[in-house]
Amino acid sequence: MNKRIIALEGQSSRGIRWPSIFLTLAKYRPALWLIPFVLFFYLFQVAPMVWVFINSFVYEGEWSLVNYQAIFDSAFILQSFYNSVWISFWSSLVGLILAALFVSSLRHLNSRIKEAIIAFTNMSSNFAGVPLAFAFIIILGTNGAVTLLLKQWGVIEDFNLYSRWGLLTLYIYFQIPLGALLLYPAFDALKKDAYEAAALLGANPFKYWVKIGIPILSPALLGTFIILFANAIGAYASVYALTAGNYNMVTIRVASLVSGDLFLEPNLAAAISVVLMLLLAFITAINQWLIARSYHGK
Amino acid sequence: MGNNKLFIHKSVVYSVITLLFTPILTTFIYSLSSSWGATILPDGFSLKWYSALLTDPRFIDAFGRSLFICISALLLATVLVLPMIFVVFYYYPKLDKIMNLLILLPFAVPPVVSSVGLLQLYAESKFQLIGTPWILIATYFTIALPFMYRAIANSFTTINLKDLIDAAHLLGASTTKAFLLVILPNLKKGLLASLFLSFSFLLGEFVFANILVGTRYETLQIYLYNMRQTSGHFTSALVMTYFAFIFFCTWLASRLTRGNTQ
Repeated sequence: MNKRIIALEGQSSRGIRWPSIFLTLAKYRPALWLIPFVLFFYLFQVAPMVWVFINSFVYEGEWSLVNYQAIFDSAFILQSFYNSVWISFWSSLVGLILAALFVSSLRHLNSRIKEAIIAFTNMSSNFAGVPLAFAFIIILGTNGAVTLLLKQWGVIEDFNLYSRWGLLTLYIYFQIPLGALLLYPAFDALKKDAYEAAALLGANPFKYWVKIGIPILSPALLGTFIILFANAIGAYASVYALTAGNYNMVTIRVASLVSGDLFLEPNLAAAISVVLMLLLAFITAINQWLIARSYHGK
Repeated sequence: MGNNKLFIHKSVVYSVITLLFTPILTTFIYSLSSSWGATILPDGFSLKWYSALLTDPRFIDAFGRSLFICISALLLATVLVLPMIFVVFYYYPKLDKIMNLLILLPFAVPPVVSSVGLLQLYAESKFQLIGTPWILIATYFTIALPFMYRAIANSFTTINLKDLIDAAHLLGASTTKAFLLVILPNLKKGLLASLFLSFSFLLGEFVFANILVGTRYETLQIYLYNMRQTSGHFTSALVMTYFAFIFFCTWLASRLTRGNTQ
């Protein structure tokens, strides 16, 4: 509105010698509608990130790298990174493989069942966080029904849900539906004639997958892997609800440094956050490189 | 041979489905059983956990608070995002590319990281934000943004925006009127679908709720977490009630999107 008034004033005092300015300003008038959105997005998305980045380099009011030094000196924080990366990597890999098998088989079923199953997968992708952790305690906890069943059958000696393997199981569970939903559209790229042509030329299904199927799908598989990995490494609710913050993971460390009962160190939390984001950026970069290479391979 | 193959595909699909369904089913049975100790099957069935839950005023309050936060956040998001997308598509189509990158931010930055900054930035604001529902409403807008932008932008690409607005202008309508009376009805399905989807997502949000507000304003997820020490049957009934609600929302969303493509 203001811009318009200014433009009008300019016009009246100097006649119509400045129509170009009027036009330029009028052109930007609709942009005023963007301001509320930009403001909220800045305040609640961009500004917190900027705060984290800047304050990771501040220690007791002065610029320094002490926070970063503290990360690499602390075996405890390094362990949290190791645990997070370990669980994220393996849960993404296993989740991706299971989701890919699931989706590729799903395409052979008739369309009504297919639709119902996709709807169910979509629904189960919402079964995450605190409710999922509780469900896992019921079925796989110390006295959980499945734990007892597996013990009775002698499949397992003992199962500790609150350990690394228990968490891995939980993570794989929430990666499968997400992976399946992301991969499902990509499998459209596999044409039936390609399979038939390969079969005519004497390729067995194994060879078809190694030489044709997986190369075609590899950008989608790599892209999905990175989303699953980011999803796992940022996860907080399920591990917090399952272990009450006792299992050492990066997100648990960050949260306890800003909202724990004692020893609040927001700037150290900021530095850990920046390292976490750099790690994600690094893995995404490797991934992009692999995707580019896979296109060249074709 | 063909049948054999179909059988393998079916068993793969149904094994994964069983795997995904087991926790949901077991929680459901657990919520319905009167007691289920260290045995594989429960002792008996009853609805007492559901009645205990639905008569707990703390649950009703928490549910009401969650509804208030989610609905306000979605209203805020709609008010901010709808005009923004219209302006982007009608006046500055080139901005769409930038927007597509911007809306990745809420995905790329883990909520734990954002909450570090939010806590410090707004801890000492004049108008108290931390510990109140207002900070959650504003933050949930950023969570809903990617879903809403994608869904509404998709609806925008299916309609002939320029022609519709030009026609409305010719008939004497202002751009605002044309947007409200001509464009908005065309976006209704995409908008509603994205709202239901975001709603189910926001209702399950725990990280921001726990770190920024916690027990000072007990939402459904916080209540769920605080109830972890009580009977597992009770929490199962709680989880199932919550899940039924989410299921209903996602079902509505998928129905609406299917209607959109037909």
